[in-house]
Amino acid sequence: MAVTTQERAVAAKAGPDRPATLIWLGLGLIVIGQFMAVLYAPEEVTMGNAQRIFYVHVPSAWVGYLAFAVVFGASIGYLFTRRRSFDLAAYASTEIGVVFTTLAIISGSVWGRYAWGTWWTWDPRLTTTFMLWLIYVVSLMVRAYGGVGSQAARFAAVLGVIGFLDIPLIHLSVVWWRSLHPLPVVVRPEGFGSGLHPAMLQALLVNVAAFTVLYVALFSVRRRQMAAADALAELKNEDHRRAGTQWTVGTQEVS
Amino acid sequence: MGALSAVRLLVWKDLTLELRTKEILTAMAVFALLSAVIFNFAFSPSPAQAVTLLPGMLWVTLAFAATLGLSRSFVLERDQQCLEALRLFPTDRSLIYLGKAAANLLFLLLVEALILPAMAVISGIALLPHLLPLALVMLLGSIGLVAVGTIFSAMSVNTRIREVLLPVLLFPIASPVLISGVKATAGILAGRPLLEVLPGVRILAVFDVMFVVLGYVIFEFLLEE
Amino acid sequence: MQAIEARGLEKAFGPVQALRRVTLDVPAGESLVVFGPNGAGKTTLIKILATLMRPSGGWVRLFGRDPQRDDDLRRLIGVVSHHSYLYAGLTALENLLFAARMYGLPDAGARAAELIHAVGLGLRRHDLVRTFSRGMLQRLTIARALVHNPPLLLLDEPYTGLDRHAAALFTDLLEQLRGDRTIVLTTHSIEQGLVLADRIVILVDGAVAYESRDGLEDQHAVGQLYTEFVRTGAWVH
Repeated sequence: MAVTTQERAVAAKAGPDRPATLIWLGLGLIVIGQFMAVLYAPEEVTMGNAQRIFYVHVPSAWVGYLAFAVVFGASIGYLFTRRRSFDLAAYASTEIGVVFTTLAIISGSVWGRYAWGTWWTWDPRLTTTFMLWLIYVVSLMVRAYGGVGSQAARFAAVLGVIGFLDIPLIHLSVVWWRSLHPLPVVVRPEGFGSGLHPAMLQALLVNVAAFTVLYVALFSVRRRQMAAADALAELKNEDHRRAGTQWTVGTQEVS
Repeated sequence: MGALSAVRLLVWKDLTLELRTKEILTAMAVFALLSAVIFNFAFSPSPAQAVTLLPGMLWVTLAFAATLGLSRSFVLERDQQCLEALRLFPTDRSLIYLGKAAANLLFLLLVEALILPAMAVISGIALLPHLLPLALVMLLGSIGLVAVGTIFSAMSVNTRIREVLLPVLLFPIASPVLISGVKATAGILAGRPLLEVLPGVRILAVFDVMFVVLGYVIFEFLLEE
Repeated sequence: MQAIEARGLEKAFGPVQALRRVTLDVPAGESLVVFGPNGAGKTTLIKILATLMRPSGGWVRLFGRDPQRDDDLRRLIGVVSHHSYLYAGLTALENLLFAARMYGLPDAGARAAELIHAVGLGLRRHDLVRTFSRGMLQRLTIARALVHNPPLLLLDEPYTGLDRHAAALFTDLLEQLRGDRTIVLTTHSIEQGLVLADRIVILVDGAVAYESRDGLEDQHAVGQLYTEFVRTGAWVH
């Protein structure tokens, strides 16, 4: 397939293509991690094989929180410097964070079906994670409908700061709320953090590492894509300029 | 000019505009009354049930009435880009946030003063003995709702989907206010010792302080293109 | 003294470049007219000079001061934008009073009353702005922008929506109020812009395409050049 000069220009502006290695590394680690989860780690005594979903659940939740912490940092960076690169980092990380938080909620719900006999319970941790998920889904809405120019980026950055600082308060209030109505006596998630079998811990750690690498890989791919989209839009504008046509800035009228 | 007189002027401006038409206050009050009535249709609670249902009804009503008021707050600034004009004044630009938030709080408190007795009458619960702690919890909750709501109102007014965006932004972020508000109100109405309600009050207070400060700091970052 | 010094101003909205390395000097007391078609970056330039927008690159000094970290500097700036900055639900006098007080003027009441008579709206001072005609609005907008007597006046396309007669009246009003103010005015219309100009700049695609050097040597030629540009859409250097 022939590559045009414009395509080369876009690729050059988007930056070098490094993420491929990271993706393969991440996928390889996940395969190893999941093998360990199924074959290496022993079966949990009370919950049986259903517990093995935690080798997906815990790393997903970890990546979700990691991604939102990155959004928080990048948002502050963007608000102070107005550098596009911070904005792209926040945007990419929001998307990935939402995907992994969704995965964490679904896997937690499936596990809850076996452990607690119900798909959903208002456990403080689940509730906080769910509220978190909502906040960042709204952030994607702000990105989509937030308006012209830099406005959507600014708004999403403000939400990225507010949302992250809100998490501890949401958790505190949910804990207090549940304490008035104690949970039915079931196996709590805290139950298996203590006395974790060494092989379980190893499998978990490998999976956490694998998911983290995958996050970094996806993050670089997405950022590169966004930078390429920017470069493309820039080229189109330049093209219009050279052709002597008049173009629009945001919502302003074309003369 | 001092910060206080700037905020006072901003509130005076919003209050004068509002009292001339009474659009926002009327809409908020009528809406709050309607939702109180609808709740009673939906649940038709016995007096005993009413005590457990009232906290939820009260806070849902307040949250929606607040959203209604907040959604109008920046509309009057938008038509002639008056927010730009406010930013051109030589005062600290963060004071615009405090002025808008103070006016919004004032409107919400006025509506609450109306809706609380109405709810007491409709549900047949004597609220008077609990008035002081109840007023405290509602005041703290209102400050919290308005503190974040003013930020989100300024954001949503400039988007295509503003009526939809404001509640969608506000409710997840304000969930600590709603959760603590409902539970604290329930505790108060059930006649629990105030010590049991204290954690909720503390969460409300922390939320208020945190988001008033954050709003003050972040507002200019939000507006500056 | 330079009222405005701008060096290498850049402004990007995402991938769209609205200003490219704009450098300007406006000595105090002179008036600069910025010509350019829609989308040339005129409004962006005014907003940056008005301290409403932060440039992505370059810097601005107004009267030698840095607008980014000097709230009090805004006391020296008056802005007339596409919008009136007036509240339709307040009376004419209330609008001026509010602005005068927000600028912290010691004699806000007297100043508001004086101005409202100066622009010929004395009889309508207690009427809601909502009831005003286009011409009355324009006059009140100017009064409001001048309420704090700013030495620097920024006008963004003030002729938009005015017919020939109203535009002529507006030019007269500006001449009267000008005094020794520094003025920056943007417009896409040569005939209206040249009346007030001490110096001119033509902005095309966010970059300065023409800048008059010492006074206006040949207004007519520049007018021709600009008219040709607007007609063909291509700038001939």
